Amino acid sequence: MTTRIDARFAELKKQGRSAFITFLMAGDPDPATSLDIVKALPKAGADIIEIGMPFTDPMADGPAIQAAGLRALKAGMTLRKTLAMVREFRKGDNATPLVLMGYYNPIYIYGVDKFLVDAKSAGVDGLIIVDLPPEEDVELCLPAMQAGLNFIRLATPTTDDKRLPAVLANTSGFVYYVSITGITGSASANTAVVGEAVARIKRHTQLPVCVGFGIRTPEAARGIAENADGAVVGTALVDALAASLDAQGHATAKTVTAVADLVAALAQGVRGAKQAAE
Amino acid sequence: MNPALPNSFRSGPDERGHFGIFGGRFVAETLMPLILDLEKAYADAKADPAFQAEMNGYLKHYVGRPSPLYLAERLTEHLGGAKIYLKREELNHTGSHKVNNVLGQIMVARRMGKKRIIAETGAGQHGVATATLCARFGLECVVYMGAVDVERQQPNVIRMEMLGARVVPVQSGSRTLKDAMNDALRDWVTNVHNTFYCIGTVAGPHPYPMMVRDFQSVIGDETRVQMQEAEGRLPDSLIACIGGGSNAMGLFHPFLDDPGVEIFGVEAAGHGLTQLHAASIAGGRPGVLHGNRTYLLMDDDGQIQDAHSISAGLDYPGIGPEHSWLHETGRVTYLSATDDEALAAFQLLSRLEGIIPALEPAHAIAKVMELAPKRPRDHLMVVNLSGRGDKDIPQVADILRGKKK
Ligand SMILES: Cc1ncc(COP(=O)(O)O)c(C=O)c1O
Repeated sequence: MTTRIDARFAELKKQGRSAFITFLMAGDPDPATSLDIVKALPKAGADIIEIGMPFTDPMADGPAIQAAGLRALKAGMTLRKTLAMVREFRKGDNATPLVLMGYYNPIYIYGVDKFLVDAKSAGVDGLIIVDLPPEEDVELCLPAMQAGLNFIRLATPTTDDKRLPAVLANTSGFVYYVSITGITGSASANTAVVGEAVARIKRHTQLPVCVGFGIRTPEAARGIAENADGAVVGTALVDALAASLDAQGHATAKTVTAVADLVAALAQGVRGAKQAAE
Repeated sequence: MNPALPNSFRSGPDERGHFGIFGGRFVAETLMPLILDLEKAYADAKADPAFQAEMNGYLKHYVGRPSPLYLAERLTEHLGGAKIYLKREELNHTGSHKVNNVLGQIMVARRMGKKRIIAETGAGQHGVATATLCARFGLECVVYMGAVDVERQQPNVIRMEMLGARVVPVQSGSRTLKDAMNDALRDWVTNVHNTFYCIGTVAGPHPYPMMVRDFQSVIGDETRVQMQEAEGRLPDSLIACIGGGSNAMGLFHPFLDDPGVEIFGVEAAGHGLTQLHAASIAGGRPGVLHGNRTYLLMDDDGQIQDAHSISAGLDYPGIGPEHSWLHETGRVTYLSATDDEALAAFQLLSRLEGIIPALEPAHAIAKVMELAPKRPRDHLMVVNLSGRGDKDIPQVADILRGKKK
């Protein structure tokens, strides 16, 4: 089975470049603006889109992404509406891979089987669930694979060679390497150290390896993309979005362009990477 | 005890950390290797007689155990029913049961070579216990505490600082215990290489619920022996308050396989079960948070709701997973007491026995006031007096003088 994610990486390989992956929170700062932003992402240069499912208690995220989630929840965002947003996006774009990222509880409460059916039919391609390690694969990872969705696992600096096979076993789509031990939006990734880690993971898997956490600038994205198959940027985009809001935290005329402009700049950085590495 | 006995309530969790459908290890990958290391380190420690001997030494000479089992004659007389015994955990060093668990975890942390300890705290009792043992063993200590709790539990904040700990006020979310736990988990994810997370209750990813229960079981083990000495038989009922549920698990666990012992846990009903409260079993359903599946307060979208209790130590939207399982199996009955009932019990115990309880066990006393009069005079009831009220004196004084409500 070839998924949109597989197809996109195959295409990028032909072009000889790495993927630029964006992360934003669904429903931030409100459902309508959020949909406009997501629609603008492919044209601005996003190769793969990650969408956060808001959760009250995001224990692996920093203040910026937590605040984004709370803004979305305050504006009435729910998991059901997140899926509706994906469905809307798919009406105009059937190629860009879309990955939902978040925590398990809202899915568990929605009902795992119903969620997988609804997510698949809405046009979701993959899931990244931060608090489901391989030890809990029976909860969602295995059913997701059966439903034809990629389950993208996080590997971290604490995932040593002994543990890697367990982490990779049921992973598909790509491997998401978390470049730091820490929460989103904290330390910045060290290009050389991350390069070694990516090489180490690639010795264990054929899957593309993408890197996220701690990438904020086009230069940093470029440095990461020289070694990895993709660079993920989240907090910097969420910060740009937050900076465009008015004093009440509502969207302004600048909100969509503020995000799209930064996405374009970052995408330029990533596109320059592989040629530069040659 | 044979852990394979099918009818045992004491054999959990299974090797993957589950009590029925509850428990588990729902954490970020960054933490998994450490949690697996901890599981192994704890299993080694548990099997090592030298560890047990060292721990028993500190329990006796530093904590002050065994804590007395005291017959509350005036309370018994006043309520006119069951014979009420207080398990005096408030007499422990640092003023609550929390120290039993912290001692155990700090000793495991030392075996693992960890030099930096983090903890979350609500009432501050767990934070004080952690700061105390870190001082004793020369370890760096950082305590996360919701900003609301920093405000209402000032005496404990000052104590922690005097003991050399850094108290970090948490400004996110409802700024209470749940948010303190989130921030402690974030710190742990960031500093996992040198940091040990000392969890304050029977919650979190496996092995914490089991490990904390084991360390707290000293309460029930002593109670068995002491009740035999006092009355020549087992108690008829046990009762304890529930925040995460560690003082309750500690009292209950050694009695779970004694069918003649009735067991009650008391959650915080706050302003009432149809309003703001912290009663996860009475008002919640199973979900996944903070590393485990358990009963949680949440909305229809699976978003966690803010809990409310007058007592900072009970103000948590979840409960330890073993309690969720004991509830579903029917072995333990879960009740709840409101803020007002707890305040009344706080005053009653102070006046009748000369013991000022913490607001947390005042919730248990509130249900004793309801249950004891309905029991015969030969009924032996043990209530876990999990902590003393020193920390609550400014807050309760304000309320009683009508300054705030
Ligand atoms: C005195 C006292 N009792 C009870 C509790 C509730 O915790 P647990 O349910 O884990 O015993 C606390 C928590 O801070 C406490 O300080």
